[in-house]
Amino acid sequence: MNKNFIQEEILRSSGVNPKKCMKCGKCSATCPAYDEMEYHPHQFVSMVESGDIEPLLSSESLYKCLSCFACIDRCPRGVQPAKLVEAVRLAVIRQQDKNHLTANDIPKLLDDETPQQLIVSAFRKYTK
Amino acid sequence: MRVSYFPGCTLKNKARDLDEYARKSAEVLGITLEEIPDWQCCGGVFTTAKNEVATKLSSVRALKYAAAKEQPLVSVCSACHNVIKQTNHAIKTDADFAKKVNNYMAEETPYAGETQVYHYLEMLRDLVGFDALKEKVVNALSGKKIAAYYGCLLLRPNSVMQMDDPENPQIMENFIKAIGATPVVYAMRNECCGGYISMESPDLASKKSNAVVENAKAAGAEMIITACPLCKYNLIKNGADIPVVYFTQALAEALGVKEDTNE
Amino acid sequence: MQRVGVFVCWCGSNIAGTVDVAAVAEALKNEPGVVFSTDYQYMCSQAGQDIIKNAIAEHNLTGIVVCSCSPRMHEATFRKTAAAAGLNPYMVEIANIREQCSWVHKDMLTGTEKAIILGKAAVAKVNLNTPLTPGESPVTKRALVIGGGIAGIQTALDIADAGFPVDIVEKQPTIGGKMAQLDKTFPTLDCAACILTPKMVDVAQNEKIRIFSYSEVEEVGGFVGNFDVKIKKKARFVKEDICTGCGACVEKCPMKKNPNEFNLGMDNRPAIYIPFAQAVPKVATIDPNACNMLKNGKCGLCARICAAGAIDYTQKDEIIEEKYGAIVVATGFNPISMEKFDEFAYNQSKDVITSLEFERLTNAAGPSAGKLIRPSDGKHPHTIVFVQCVGSRCDACAEKGKEYCSKICCMYTAKHAMLTRDKYPDTEVYVFYIDVRTPGKNFDEFYRRAVEEFGVKYIKGMVGKVTPEGDKLKVQASDLLSNKQLHIDADLVVLAAAIEPDKSARPLATMLTASMDTNDFFTEAHPKLRPVESPTAGVFLSGACQGPKDIPETVSQAGAAASKVIGLLAKDKLTGNPCIASSNELMCNGCSSCERVCPYGAITYVDKEFRMPDRTTKIRRVASVNPAVCQGCGACTVACPSGAMDLKGFANSQIIAEVDAICK
Repeated sequence: MNKNFIQEEILRSSGVNPKKCMKCGKCSATCPAYDEMEYHPHQFVSMVESGDIEPLLSSESLYKCLSCFACIDRCPRGVQPAKLVEAVRLAVIRQQDKNHLTANDIPKLLDDETPQQLIVSAFRKYTK
Repeated sequence: MRVSYFPGCTLKNKARDLDEYARKSAEVLGITLEEIPDWQCCGGVFTTAKNEVATKLSSVRALKYAAAKEQPLVSVCSACHNVIKQTNHAIKTDADFAKKVNNYMAEETPYAGETQVYHYLEMLRDLVGFDALKEKVVNALSGKKIAAYYGCLLLRPNSVMQMDDPENPQIMENFIKAIGATPVVYAMRNECCGGYISMESPDLASKKSNAVVENAKAAGAEMIITACPLCKYNLIKNGADIPVVYFTQALAEALGVKEDTNE
Repeated sequence: MQRVGVFVCWCGSNIAGTVDVAAVAEALKNEPGVVFSTDYQYMCSQAGQDIIKNAIAEHNLTGIVVCSCSPRMHEATFRKTAAAAGLNPYMVEIANIREQCSWVHKDMLTGTEKAIILGKAAVAKVNLNTPLTPGESPVTKRALVIGGGIAGIQTALDIADAGFPVDIVEKQPTIGGKMAQLDKTFPTLDCAACILTPKMVDVAQNEKIRIFSYSEVEEVGGFVGNFDVKIKKKARFVKEDICTGCGACVEKCPMKKNPNEFNLGMDNRPAIYIPFAQAVPKVATIDPNACNMLKNGKCGLCARICAAGAIDYTQKDEIIEEKYGAIVVATGFNPISMEKFDEFAYNQSKDVITSLEFERLTNAAGPSAGKLIRPSDGKHPHTIVFVQCVGSRCDACAEKGKEYCSKICCMYTAKHAMLTRDKYPDTEVYVFYIDVRTPGKNFDEFYRRAVEEFGVKYIKGMVGKVTPEGDKLKVQASDLLSNKQLHIDADLVVLAAAIEPDKSARPLATMLTASMDTNDFFTEAHPKLRPVESPTAGVFLSGACQGPKDIPETVSQAGAAASKVIGLLAKDKLTGNPCIASSNELMCNGCSSCERVCPYGAITYVDKEFRMPDRTTKIRRVASVNPAVCQGCGACTVACPSGAMDLKGFANSQIIAEVDAICK
């Protein structure tokens, strides 16, 4: 895919304006999944802004965001980094055969207490 | 008072307590939860992308049903409430999204976000009133030190959820006071338990859940209450050594209707 | 018929770039009354003004229209030009073809068309202009300074130094303001009290200065040179002129557990108190919400102890009425509430404090006698985390915080960090910053010393969450330069809270009809060229009420405000604005609509005798405008149902003529 096209698509579908960012890093300071991520919330913002999106598309970081929205609420500039992470993830999993999770993976991940909510949430996040 | 009620998939299954205690308690408080017929799963999480439409239609159907009955829409699961409220907000504030939604629905009357969406806790606070609830308590949980665990979904994003101050919420603490117990305030009450990551990265979920429990215990908690089946699962699975229960269970106990319920 | 001259200015390329000035001059030649029309590069230049003067003489002009910039810029210039050529200055009209035309249009055709229309409107108006003569009013040679912090103190001292009497109104029981609460001051580290208290004593001893402490401005009437002000002196239940400030009452008062405002509630004070040792005036004040005698009529201990007999439980609020020629606003600032920022756990832990609280904790007269301790357990903190920009630089849609930079936090945080490391070298000090902003004399050098000499750890990044657990504060933060999330177990967290104008500023602005911005900072008359004047004549601005400021800047501005006040009070008479309302008594039906809408109280109703056509007389009630008080706002002319009320220089007929010219 064309680099500019992906950038525009991500900005459009997320509704995020990364130019509002003042590089304070509060999103990454607040992120509960930080240590699991190769690229951190503030990097998503600056990399999407500069168009350096390729590394994000192939990064496992896409599947580590917990969608806890803490970065959205605590960002002093109203940038909403979590929405960018989601838009980049969608740009990947909406492609053919790019589902991150399949039904076949599920049985081995379950235990007796697993709530239905966990399965549907994971599917909604990882699968198209 | 009658309200439209969206239970959600987990409440019909692993989280049956959350549902049944909610209904029994509501009856005591003079509110009938009318279950929306043929409701469909909310999907568990709200996809924030503006161009994601089809997956939000189950929420729209529930909202439309409540609108037609001119009733508020109440849900008790944090996740269902979050998805439905965010969907409703998107319809109200994003004309393009609303248009697409109504095109999909292809029904005579378009939906414009008119339904009032309440979480059960908000129903207690705003429709019943904590003072009125207090009067109905027959079995006050006096002396019990209870930590409210909000997690993420009840409070955030605050611009949409508007339940309470997302950094210093009071609603569950006031609920705990109303049922006669003592709230324990701790900083991690609005931090994530790990959520759906426990599917793929159980270690991360374990780390996050433990931090919550440890912080609650350090503040003196003897019990944790939550509104979210996934939070409860994560906290218990990762070895919480104090009870973690649904807030509706504590409510039913205080109102004296817990024993009638099959556990 | 008037003989009108039209002068179209190019303003270099500012106007000529988007407006065909020659075409405008040409088109306006055909307007009624116009006998001369020309264009020139810079009408406001000496050469440009000469063109106007010569044309007035040569063509016998009775009115002129200058098509140029906003009248706010050069109306005064061109009025003087006209007067120098013997024309009444109010026979000048400005068509604003810069701000309202060339600057907002990109297309030459549109710009030119609009400039011509604006010019036609001005010509239509000037045809109906009549010569006006301004009245004069006397000046009350006394100034009022509202707020007794360092800004108000400096302004008052400078005005008094020029020989004019000044009153300071301060709502607290003592003057001194925020500066009195500070420990050291950057970048020189002199002790705040050591440099402030001599000034406070100067104020107390200055014969020209009166201090109304524990007082508030209740009502402001009048206008520049002649303000009428009501000041409420709150009952302090102690006779100010008798109390010697010995403090015996304070010591013996049994109601000791009241939060001490001066120490930001970090310790307690009795119901009768003197805020601090160097308070001015040094007299006691009884807090009516805490005193058992005032609440329940039981106690009376302080009255029995007071050797001077200064206690008076029956004292009442007192209203003082005074006239002033000028008013200086010096209402200062406060740190914003941290209530909405509980990700930093301010409401959950006593060991999360604001920077102003830190000042009190390190101040020898503070709650810990200057020993840096954790408020929760009194222990010495070994790891301290400072968080900058808490609530500053927030986006408007971020639901909390302020959009502006609070300006003083970078420097005071560097000061706190440096002093901590200096006094307690065993303490680890972290400062989380977004940018370090140090534009000021010796400021950056100061910050570098904190880092290089004192070993303060500056980390580029923000704190995301503070979790109190046990006796630690677990700080989760980002270190952007090493791309890490940090976890620090801190003993004390200090928040550099954004600052905002004092809450009293908004109602005061309403009383003064002075304008404010959306953040409640007072607006200056011009952001660069008139920084200490409010757009309301006779109202001046000093200190942080106009925008965030440090002490050196506040003192400079305080002096500047004083010099403007002195310039005003030195005049014996002020020339008024002749463009004021007047009522046609024959048309007035006595309805009082105008009286009700007048914001200046300039309109009264009088009973007047009129001769009727049948030679009888009749008493009728009619409006009368006080020309000294009317500010020419025009509200009455709009409210008047019978068309009796009109504004000189902006008559209804003139406005309609302008509209007609535009619509033609």
